[in-house]
Amino acid sequence: MILEARKDQVHRKGDEAFALACNKDSLAGAVSQRACVFCGSRVVLYPIADALHLVHGPVGCAAYTWDIRGALSSGPELHRLSFSTDLQEVDVIFGGEGKLEAALRELIDRHAPKAAFVYSTCIVGIIGDDLEAVCKRVEAEKGIPVIPVQSEGFKGNKRAGYNAACSAMMRLVGTGDTAGISPLSVNILGDFNLAGEIWIIRGYFERMGVEVVANVTGDGRVDDLRRAHGAALNVVQCSGSTMDLARMMQEKYGTPFLRVSYFGVEDMAESLYDVARFFADRDPGMLDRTRELVREELAVLYPKLQEYRKALTGKRAAIYVGGAFKAFSLVKAFRLLGMDVVMVGSQTGTAEDYRELYEITDEGTIIVDDANPLELAEFVREKDVDILVGGVKERPIAHKLGVGFCDHNHERKEALEGFVGMLNFADEAYRTVMSPVWRFVPRRAEASHG
Amino acid sequence: MAETDQSPADRSPITDHRSRISYVSTTNACKLCKPLGACLVFRGIEGAIPYLHGSQGCATYMRRYIISHFREPMDIASSSLGEKQAVYGGGPSLKQGLRNVIAKYRPALIGVATTCLTETIGDDVPGILAEFREEAAGETLPALVRVSTPSYSGTHAEGFHAAVRAVAEQLGEAGEPTGAVNLFPGSVSPADLRHLKELLRDFGLDGVILPDLSETLDGPALQDYEELPRGGTPVARLRGMGRSRATLEFGRALPGTTAGAVLARRFGVPLRSLGLPVGLRESDRFFRALEELSGRATPREHALERGRLVDAYVDGHKVVSGVQAVVYGEEDLVVGLAAFLAEIGVRPVLCASGGRSGRLAGAVQAVTEGLLPEPPAVREGADFYELAEEAEALGPQLLVGNSKGYHLARRWQIPLVRVGFPIHDRFGGQRLLHLGYRGAQSLYDRIVNALLEVKQEGSAVGYGYL
Ligand code: SF4
Ligand code: SF4
Repeated sequence: MILEARKDQVHRKGDEAFALACNKDSLAGAVSQRACVFCGSRVVLYPIADALHLVHGPVGCAAYTWDIRGALSSGPELHRLSFSTDLQEVDVIFGGEGKLEAALRELIDRHAPKAAFVYSTCIVGIIGDDLEAVCKRVEAEKGIPVIPVQSEGFKGNKRAGYNAACSAMMRLVGTGDTAGISPLSVNILGDFNLAGEIWIIRGYFERMGVEVVANVTGDGRVDDLRRAHGAALNVVQCSGSTMDLARMMQEKYGTPFLRVSYFGVEDMAESLYDVARFFADRDPGMLDRTRELVREELAVLYPKLQEYRKALTGKRAAIYVGGAFKAFSLVKAFRLLGMDVVMVGSQTGTAEDYRELYEITDEGTIIVDDANPLELAEFVREKDVDILVGGVKERPIAHKLGVGFCDHNHERKEALEGFVGMLNFADEAYRTVMSPVWRFVPRRAEASHG
Repeated sequence: MAETDQSPADRSPITDHRSRISYVSTTNACKLCKPLGACLVFRGIEGAIPYLHGSQGCATYMRRYIISHFREPMDIASSSLGEKQAVYGGGPSLKQGLRNVIAKYRPALIGVATTCLTETIGDDVPGILAEFREEAAGETLPALVRVSTPSYSGTHAEGFHAAVRAVAEQLGEAGEPTGAVNLFPGSVSPADLRHLKELLRDFGLDGVILPDLSETLDGPALQDYEELPRGGTPVARLRGMGRSRATLEFGRALPGTTAGAVLARRFGVPLRSLGLPVGLRESDRFFRALEELSGRATPREHALERGRLVDAYVDGHKVVSGVQAVVYGEEDLVVGLAAFLAEIGVRPVLCASGGRSGRLAGAVQAVTEGLLPEPPAVREGADFYELAEEAEALGPQLLVGNSKGYHLARRWQIPLVRVGFPIHDRFGGQRLLHLGYRGAQSLYDRIVNALLEVKQEGSAVGYGYL
């Protein structure tokens, strides 16, 4: 079932020395679960709620990304609309710059956004519209930043899109006034505020005495981004999406960064401790406050988790997510529930990511890069999995095979971050794994009849 | 020559003359892109896999979109073109992709649709496929059907019809008559298709349906994961389309030359064009066609369904009478829904679609003729922004269309009765029935109940009897 050309992107731990090919272009005809560069940049920038997000291209690219995620805003909701230039044949033949310029004017007048992001799609790369020039003209005319996002779908994979998004944001960073920002301050990078998760994390920081300058990008605001360079520290979640921005800010403004994860008890607590340790010499009391915070949260969490653990111990989990960093936390989270992770993979992992996954997983675990439905189905079957964690495209694979499912991608509407998120996750795992419906699916029904 | 139930006047494009501001930008499109429609069609063929010749993103997005509605696996292969291929041409990737798909899926048919990218770089797909066939001389290859689907001209509905036509053109063969009836139902739900199959069976007709998604996008729980889901119309039967006795084709706003017209011209298969059988009158036309084709009267079971439907119309008429509705979606569906709403006494005040066939206004007028105090406003090429702007002034009490209108229903606090594709915010979109008497019954019940609920919720008393 695995195509010859993909063999080096699948590893069974214990077979041989670990080496996994990754960050390759998807194989033609392999039905990759991956999207494109545009998707990568759209994913990252979309939650900036007071900006205009205009997709320059034919209708599909914009239509498919219309409000598909649960990125919540505490104020403006401009990000939830889908704007497109809906290029027509004449534009393709004669160029779409005129249409783009007119569309930008029209939309900026209509919505008065704080900034505009203009995404280029495949076709724009081919017809060669000069996005940069159009954006510059409109910017001068309208007096707001109008930023081109070079995200032609074919120019690499999703990771390249992350990079394009970060470059676009970097144009805003450093343009605002940093007066009044506390020395105990951070930017939250790489969180999209799905189901309001950023509010949970901000709550923790508040209790620790840390000011959050910019949310990047969930519940994001243009003005916050402009003054983000005033923060003392960047806290970067999810290795893929905003790492580039953290690196750029370090280079240009000397802002240090920490890699964190808000999934699972261990990683959540460790992330907060890391931040507290970072500020230890500026605020010696912070570490104690953080310990107190964790203690309080765990006191609520643990008894409930034990109940779930009782039921779930020994069940088998498979993980296939977009970014590999999330997979680390999920491996640990499943362990906390007493479950065994038997397969783990991602769409965009790097060599270090996979090396780390290899280190933390058990013998026999399948590690896979850029998988497709047939492979995933095969692994789920081979490992007799009880739950698959993935996104909408993976759901039918699990369900067809009579296996539980947890949506851990951008479209989920349940908060899974933070201590309370761990509880939600455990609850979701419990409800799907322990559901009686699996008794009736053909695969299980036969097993129970012997 | 094509027979038709519609007078020539029905077919002539009548455009709307009311003045409107025309916007350059699109906000919340009321349409999707062409290849998506083609993928749905290919999924309705037994053992077929849709293949997009383009970059990876398009295929992934469409899969996601379709899966969210049907909650079924939907594999769409892609050439996964990168920068190099975009510059030097995607031919080698297409061939390699086909090889990989054949190795993994062993399909009976691969439906190759182009995307904006490959259309723009000018890849000659027929030429590449011919080369591919040549290079594979001696091997048994799956059937290869190609369709050109650049989204900068047209919508997913047009991509859908283009793919149906491509299959008819590229597979249809002359020869011994089969006695079968071709049915091109358009983009309807698996539940609708199951109902259509039942009807053909009950009239003793042997139907060749394209596409038949009744199982492939609404399948059972399985022992094992199937590479390609079971069901769909077999390729051999599709080859026989040129030898069928007649073609039935649904849609009053079909763009350009249709599959049915192709089969009529090439093989002399008589074509009967009908509107989508939504509601009593459009269904009556369909049943009449079935009676004529089969030489049988409508079976009692179905006649009874009709009777019950009329009875229900009477019982519920006061709940729906005079209610103002906004209808949107694919053009043919909008026409069908307008016909249905008008006959039950609801006033469709605005009919809108992202498509621009030029036929919507005329078709809506034809099916609502004499039933409405005044003809509804009709908007072609509309997005949800324009739709909202226009509808706001009309003060609708009901929305009928796909899930994408939910934000309007929420804003205006009126019910949305979900019909069509996509339905992303409710369960069971693939099992919604809206064709035939039975479909009309289910639509009618849903509409009446939606309005009763509004009344009940809005009442201070909390009536237990309504
Ligand atoms: S490029 Fe064209 S085919 Fe691809 S998603 Fe965009 S509109 Fe659709
Ligand atoms: S056209 Fe390009 S940018 Fe748009 S979805 Fe397809 S691959 Fe992505």
